[in-house]
Amino acid sequence: MSAADPKDVHRTIERVARESYGRLVAYLSSHTRDVAGAEDALSEALIAALTAWQRDGVPRNPEAWLLTTARHSLIDFIRHQQVVLAGEATLLLLQENSTEATLATRFPDERLKLLFVCAHPAIDPAMHTPLMLQTVLGLDAAHIAGAFLISPKTMGQRLVRAKRKIRDGGIRFEIPRDDELPERLDAVLEAIYAAFGIGWDDMAGADQRGRDLAEEAVWLARVLFQLMPDEAEVRGLLALMLHCEARRAARRGPKGQYVPLSEQDPKQWTLPLMEEAERHLAEAAKHGRAGRFQLEAAIQSVHAERARSGRIDWAAIALFYERLMRISPTLGTRAGYAAAIAEANGPEAGLAVLDAIELDIVSDYQPYWAVRAHLLERLAKMSEAKDAYDRAMGLAEDPAVREFLLQKRG
Amino acid sequence: MQFALLIYESPEAFKSRKDETNSYTGAWRAYYKSLVEAGVYVGGDPLEVPETGTTVRIKEGKRRVQDGPYADTKEQLGGFTLLELPSLDAALDWAARCPAASYGVVEVRPLAPDTKRRVTE
Repeated sequence: MSAADPKDVHRTIERVARESYGRLVAYLSSHTRDVAGAEDALSEALIAALTAWQRDGVPRNPEAWLLTTARHSLIDFIRHQQVVLAGEATLLLLQENSTEATLATRFPDERLKLLFVCAHPAIDPAMHTPLMLQTVLGLDAAHIAGAFLISPKTMGQRLVRAKRKIRDGGIRFEIPRDDELPERLDAVLEAIYAAFGIGWDDMAGADQRGRDLAEEAVWLARVLFQLMPDEAEVRGLLALMLHCEARRAARRGPKGQYVPLSEQDPKQWTLPLMEEAERHLAEAAKHGRAGRFQLEAAIQSVHAERARSGRIDWAAIALFYERLMRISPTLGTRAGYAAAIAEANGPEAGLAVLDAIELDIVSDYQPYWAVRAHLLERLAKMSEAKDAYDRAMGLAEDPAVREFLLQKRG
Repeated sequence: MQFALLIYESPEAFKSRKDETNSYTGAWRAYYKSLVEAGVYVGGDPLEVPETGTTVRIKEGKRRVQDGPYADTKEQLGGFTLLELPSLDAALDWAARCPAASYGVVEVRPLAPDTKRRVTE
């Protein structure tokens, strides 16, 4: 190997870090359960790579180089710590040291176990997504904090606490047993979907939270699909997110104004993403177990159908929502159901669905007020509609959504 | 727990206050209504434009009075809102919904009730 261009080295490190970060952290921590230790060891290895690769050239297998270097610093660290478990963990790490030649080309992908650890029931559910984003994708705490609207210091502390719990709380790196799998997988899917951040894609209720992590979420879902290709709900989640991603460009007008789904120009939707979503949905349906994400994807699929038919089959959407209400009656589902029922059976029917929701749980839930305003307007209850539009505007974070609602309010 | 949202606004934002029909006033009216209806509003007020400020300080026994606001920044304090909320997380949620968050800056600061008690008792 010979000296390399610093720019090439930087690029290679960035690429390897992006593609292999999660695989390396998962592999390194799967023995020790020490995620923070694995991350530290990997960042040391990345720093070491900066000088070594510039001096000696980029190694043929950069990932294996990083793994070897990180593992050495991890073993050093464990030796210094002399913690109770260290004997066993060090032994395991050293043992695999002897099989370096095989490792250089291939080491086991433990990311699935890591995903299950991040979404373990013993970990605060609010931390499932941040943990995944940090340990599998290598995002820093400040970036994650921004997306989740939490102070960076607090997010950093919560991540440290969660990793300590993983290390000391007896959480095992394993694929859950068959009897636990559905519930545990749900938690993983929920956490990935939370990173995607768009729970509700109709009318002026688009939830902004986490939107800048949408691509990261799709990437995580693709990893999960690669690791669990036979789980229908994994395909369902991927289909749902791909349908929403396909509409990214159509969500804004030429001046940045908000365009609700039913007014979007289907020509602006990204066809390959829609087709990929449809393929996943069709494959998932063969299992005959429609879960929450398949149903949500099916609703988006009906919307996507407008690109071909020119109309929205609201009766079909309402039907999917009815099934969704039975298995996952979240506020988002109820608001979406109300909107669909209103389109299928008239605004009174939609309003009745909204009226059944207790008022104190919607006092800061924006989509409820957006749907309510729209339905009251259709019923020509103008003063009530204006009130609801105000509530929807006041709870909106996106200035484009606020402006859209202001125009409708009049 | 009470939090203050300190609203920092640009010169353009201060100018757009006057127009009653524009999105500035509409957005603030809606935000205020949402705060009150959610039961978190404690108080607050907008401040007059920064140029109306006057600073006073006593240095070496001499009074120094200056026209204009204290801070020499593009965005200036334009008002404050006091909210009663269970946590900083909740306060950040409301700060993000504040119209000024998308055209200026909103600083979230907890009130200091212990200091107040020592001073007022």
